[in-house]
Amino acid sequence: MVSKEQIYNWLEEVSDPEIPVLSVIDLGVVRDAQIIDGDWLITITPTYSGCPAMKTMEEDILSKLKDKGIDSAKVEMVLAPAWSTDWLSENGRVKLHEYGIAPPEHEVDKSVLFAEPTVVPCPKCHSRNTRMVSQFGSTACKALYQCNDCQEPFDYFKCLK
Amino acid sequence: MKNEALFRYLLRLGDDSLILGQRLAEWCGHGPILEEDIAMTNISLDLIGQAMSLLDYAGVIEGKDRNCDKLGLLRYEKEYVNVLLVEQPNGDFGDTIMRQFLFDAFRKPLYERLVNSSDKQLAAIADKSLKETRYHLKHSSEWVIRLGDGTEESHERVQNSLDTLWRYADELFYTDEVEAKLTVEGILPDLSGIKAEWESTVKYVFSEATLEIPVNNWKFEGGRKGRHSEHFGHLLSELQYMQRAYPNMEW
Repeated sequence: MVSKEQIYNWLEEVSDPEIPVLSVIDLGVVRDAQIIDGDWLITITPTYSGCPAMKTMEEDILSKLKDKGIDSAKVEMVLAPAWSTDWLSENGRVKLHEYGIAPPEHEVDKSVLFAEPTVVPCPKCHSRNTRMVSQFGSTACKALYQCNDCQEPFDYFKCLK
Repeated sequence: MKNEALFRYLLRLGDDSLILGQRLAEWCGHGPILEEDIAMTNISLDLIGQAMSLLDYAGVIEGKDRNCDKLGLLRYEKEYVNVLLVEQPNGDFGDTIMRQFLFDAFRKPLYERLVNSSDKQLAAIADKSLKETRYHLKHSSEWVIRLGDGTEESHERVQNSLDTLWRYADELFYTDEVEAKLTVEGILPDLSGIKAEWESTVKYVFSEATLEIPVNNWKFEGGRKGRHSEHFGHLLSELQYMQRAYPNMEW
């Protein structure tokens, strides 16, 4: 009998297709794994409504479980409670930083209009003297920043709450 | 059908998102600068994602085995119930930003209320979408100010955008028996404060942007009843092309 803990361990091997350094567990999109009518049902939640990686994650989860000998698992997508960057694991934050993506600060960019945006330290040189280039970046979950000291352009995994 | 009013209401929300998402997607590869090309297509993706959730749920309520693809890509023109504002052509960057701002300033207070819907799935979609919409509104309002309070040319052009699009804004607040019925059923919370909140947002941003609200009171509406502008057929031909040419194709 496979345990839920075992399922979660296997899902640690399934990575986010757009940020391969993160597993679906780190990302916090796996909400539950339970046996319904004899089959494993994995419940996941989208990061952003239109995130094109969700379908791939669903397929990768099923294919990983199949590799482990579970042929008839199902994946279900639920919206509530809505994912926020608080669901990102501590381990995930460390991995993002090492990968060169600034992890989410603990608050949403509340800057109204032209007020200063959130201070995001540079993942390369750790300077806090950085600037936001654009609120929108290479994927739905990221913003574009640049370090004013070392000049490194970097992605910021923006806070969503 | 389980609840016809709810089905129709979900189509209104879903079509607004889908059509504006499609318009923004037309900017892909044509943005004035790379960052804005990326921003507009990111916002497009959020809106199309929201449309998928809304139309999928509409299909469940309808109970005729139609999902977001069937509803989104295979209805005829008169069956779409989006407001006229969202189908207006992209024009220049100022037109696109103004259209987006008028819409975002409406969507944020709407979703803030819909999170309290007694319908759990509608509330969940609203909660998810609200988080995204806050970023959209911030983006569009900053650009309205930057263009309005920018150079002489940018001011004049974005003032023209406002003059052109203002007559479509009122339809955002269109209600009929659909909203009335859902309010009685408790599915829709009280939405009456939305217009005042929208007005206060647009007045504030326009005053920062040194833009004048047009005095012309001519208003256009009809989208909610399936009567669209001359631009809509062209938009649909592009949106629906693949499903019409290759029925049931999957990506």
